Amino acid sequence: MARIEYAPAPESRAVVKLRRQYGLFIDGEFVEPASGEYYATINPADESPLALIAEGGEADVDRAVRAARRAFTKWSKLSGAERAKYIYRIARILQERAREFAVLESMNNGKPIKESRDVDIPLVAAHFFHYAGWADKLEYAGFGPNPRPVGVAGQVIPWNFPLLMLSWKIAPALACGNTVVLKPAQTTPLTALLFAEVCQQAELPAGVVNIVTGHNQTGAAVVAHKGVDKVAFTGSTAVGRQIAETVAGTRKRLTLELGGKGANIVFDDAAMDQAVEGIVNGIYFNQGHVCCAGSRLLVQESVAEEVVARLKRRMQTLRVGDPLDKNTDVGAINSAAQLARISELSDSGSTEGAERWSSDCALPDKGFWFAPTVFTNVSQAHRIAREEIFGPVLSVLTFRTPAEAIEKANNTQYGLAAGIWTEKGSLILKMASELRAGIVWANTYNKFDPASPFGGYKESGYGREGGRQGLAGYLEADHV
Amino acid sequence: MTLVLGISDSDLAAATGSDAALRRFLFGLPGVDQVGAEARAAALGTRSIKAQTKRDMIDLAISMIDLTTLEGADTPGKVNALCVKAQHPDPTDQSAPHTAAVCVYGDMVPYALQALGPDSPIRIAAVATAFPSGRASLDVKILDVRDAVANGAHEIDMVIDRGAFLSGRYMQVFEEIQAVKQACEHAHLKVILETGELQTYDNVRRASWLAMLAGADFIKTSTGKVQPAATAPVVLVMLEAVRDWHAITGKHIGMKPAGGIRTTKDALKMLVLVNEIPGEDWLSPDLFRIGASTLLNDLLLQRQRLRDGGYSGPNYVTVD
Amino acid sequence: MSRIDVRKTYKLYINGAFPRSESGRSYEVLDAGGRFAANAALASRKDARDAVVAARSAFKGWSHANAYLRGQIVYRIAEVMESRRAQLVADVMACEGLTEARAKRVLDAAIDRVVWYAGWADKLPAVLGNANAVSGPFFNFSVPEPSGVIAIVAPEASSLLALVSVTIPVVVAGNTCVVVTSRTRPLPAITWAECLATSDLPNGVVNLLTGDHAEIAPWLASHKDVDGIDLSGVEDAALARSLEAAAAVNLKRFARHDAEEDWAVRPNLRRLSRFLETKTILQPIGV
Repeated sequence: MARIEYAPAPESRAVVKLRRQYGLFIDGEFVEPASGEYYATINPADESPLALIAEGGEADVDRAVRAARRAFTKWSKLSGAERAKYIYRIARILQERAREFAVLESMNNGKPIKESRDVDIPLVAAHFFHYAGWADKLEYAGFGPNPRPVGVAGQVIPWNFPLLMLSWKIAPALACGNTVVLKPAQTTPLTALLFAEVCQQAELPAGVVNIVTGHNQTGAAVVAHKGVDKVAFTGSTAVGRQIAETVAGTRKRLTLELGGKGANIVFDDAAMDQAVEGIVNGIYFNQGHVCCAGSRLLVQESVAEEVVARLKRRMQTLRVGDPLDKNTDVGAINSAAQLARISELSDSGSTEGAERWSSDCALPDKGFWFAPTVFTNVSQAHRIAREEIFGPVLSVLTFRTPAEAIEKANNTQYGLAAGIWTEKGSLILKMASELRAGIVWANTYNKFDPASPFGGYKESGYGREGGRQGLAGYLEADHV
Repeated sequence: MTLVLGISDSDLAAATGSDAALRRFLFGLPGVDQVGAEARAAALGTRSIKAQTKRDMIDLAISMIDLTTLEGADTPGKVNALCVKAQHPDPTDQSAPHTAAVCVYGDMVPYALQALGPDSPIRIAAVATAFPSGRASLDVKILDVRDAVANGAHEIDMVIDRGAFLSGRYMQVFEEIQAVKQACEHAHLKVILETGELQTYDNVRRASWLAMLAGADFIKTSTGKVQPAATAPVVLVMLEAVRDWHAITGKHIGMKPAGGIRTTKDALKMLVLVNEIPGEDWLSPDLFRIGASTLLNDLLLQRQRLRDGGYSGPNYVTVD
Repeated sequence: MSRIDVRKTYKLYINGAFPRSESGRSYEVLDAGGRFAANAALASRKDARDAVVAARSAFKGWSHANAYLRGQIVYRIAEVMESRRAQLVADVMACEGLTEARAKRVLDAAIDRVVWYAGWADKLPAVLGNANAVSGPFFNFSVPEPSGVIAIVAPEASSLLALVSVTIPVVVAGNTCVVVTSRTRPLPAITWAECLATSDLPNGVVNLLTGDHAEIAPWLASHKDVDGIDLSGVEDAALARSLEAAAAVNLKRFARHDAEEDWAVRPNLRRLSRFLETKTILQPIGV
């Protein structure tokens, strides 16, 4: 008998009701952008337009910041217990409308429904639930006796986990008593705009959350606005650097969660089948659009050949295609621009002499697609070993000893995440203590939790999101 | 692939040369991370099976069933009914495939043979070796096997000595399986690991390899008398073992989950595991069986629902 | 006839040694009354570069030294300072124009500050780290780790107490550093360097450069092997802005000048936690 071919199992789109056009969410309501301009947001899986999105300009950002400032006066004086209840409400509504958010996220982002349904949206609700509980416990968070909000937070988020990144930004900000102006990524605004409806349903006071959509200039305007007290950004290191320069010389607080080139380190005694799963999960989860992706596989030479062979066999079972199909493992690349970047870097890998292999999967005609790819014979000097590809492309390097693994893993300007695969407990802790990375996963990869602080070393940024540490960016206190 | 797990074909022969060599071999197998294995099995469990794929998989699952009765209260009448059901699972629909086998105690084999007739494609499997505990001397176990084979069993489902395994007497377990294999003559040997008693996935992996080294035609999870039995991660680990064995030796070892598989959903999850771990070769009753009794009716109900469009009910399948 | 005293040559402190500036330059240091006090080495870009190399090579050993040892070494700095009271007081009096009584109080505060910070070495993980209650069968914990090599621009006016207050918390947490001292009042810094040099502090953990902030700090701010920069001593807004912008080149962790900082007040955790990373480790729980 041949391998079973699963029939299409599409998740219904009926649960999502899109409007033709979305304004900016300012002061509790949707408003027209000052310019009157809109742009189309599309489904990257088939390039079909989904809705028209307002192009926010400086005047709109100013309006949003003013609204946030006005709202701050009351919101910051509200007791933590009362703030908590608003945030709990948001968490509950997100749970109630989880499927709607999951489908919309997959439509606008291209990620497989099984990830938006089982990972993104549950984590979003959990994040609000976690930080809701902090709102009235801030004095126990270890930052000193009188923690106070910072003020108006300007937040700019990326397209890879649109709603999850929104939750990482908004939940702690609100819990600490700040108000926010959030700029979603230009290609993935829809779940943020649906979230605005959640704020309305939760009867969150007007102006506490403002969402201003648009392109890069809109984000730059948020960062540069004089009325913003705190800037939080997740995205590329290049843009993070510009933001740090913009913020220089002001009193603005800044946290940055930037790029990475995570080393996933497999030792010869690893639980082999789980390690292969971990490699796959490390780089092909969310099409590799993950800042902490395990994009560099460092495998001990004695098992390298076999690990790569097993990896390729496993990759052949990855199902690439319609993001809304429940059996899809790898969805669409988020945009034409990103696809071009992935292609360009992959081509450089071939040109520079690395050996390229992709799984035999049929790719849809329309939309933006890239087959899961692995490069072997990669050396530290190759661009694909140094630059963040942000796509489903793995570079395989080998090492001989733990010391060499550490040296190679740390030999990067980034320092976000790393993985360790070994059955030897003491080796895990040794590696974990030597790796210059903010997140170290041992015998697992890409596990996220609202209670767990996330963020990078070196050029992967500064500040932490998640857990107790995630409050620090949004508090004024003795020990911050 | 030249080497799998760093093991070559000749290493397998050397692995059973001595007690120490066997222990070294089994402990040289890579570990299984519990959380990772369970996560992988759960992820495969979310595969959504629709439309024609579902129809095909239900029929495939029916054709893989070892329809089982292993009760102290078993009688010729009960076994006869079981055999009729195995031949014609759905009396309202002759297109329903027959099961792969019936599975009974050794003394019930003549009744099964009588019910099925000499030329039936349905195999008769007999449990033996002091099933389910395996607590008897080797001589008694061998007699048990010979008796079942003499009665006409095509397949023998033996249990390993879990006591010996858990106390590290691997060679004893190995030799016992070898002896049983010899006593089986032409009958196929399924080796039951009783994974619920082995407790860890590392043990499940080692026991799987031990059984394959000793000549098992099939490795089987459980007797059905101990919980947990055929959980998805246990099946995953055992399927990885037969896959790797095949990669080294080129030989196909069969796999049989048994115990706890009661619903169509459970069965389809098993087939997804087969599909995505060892692959298409194992999507056949020759290499994959499901030990079950109540499962068959649920498969038939789902089958009727797909055929008729509406939901069926328990009175539309037979209770035997 | 009175004896002619032997005067000290004030030099830089790099990698545990006291070199002159590689540039061969020096500058006149005047005391508070405007009289010549000494010639100090005028550190150059290359001195800064050498200091960064020293700090980087010291980082691995110092950051991985056990916390008890780090605490004891820092505590010993306080001991050595106590034993060199006379000269430290004299330097502070000369540079800051204080009475002997006030200079002694400044030194007392500086020594007490070192002692306070020393005790933190083995308590930071307990206070700043935590186990995280994640969903699922995972053990997850977060620990603070030093950021790396930190450039510090020390305050201009408070020549010893502020210097100690900005340097010690960075070091006790496991970082290594390059400190640009007060330009106009550098003498206590060099005397303090002699305390550091005799306190078992490994070479390169603290490096002190005397000279012009505006000349040296930009090289440190833009240096890609520096992980963080403390601009506490940069009062000039334009210079502060340009240094902070330059520090963005490799996303240095930064701390800005705080005009309201009162060095006499006992500090809190802020300076200790500024140049710390949080490392989060997650591992499955299973059999």
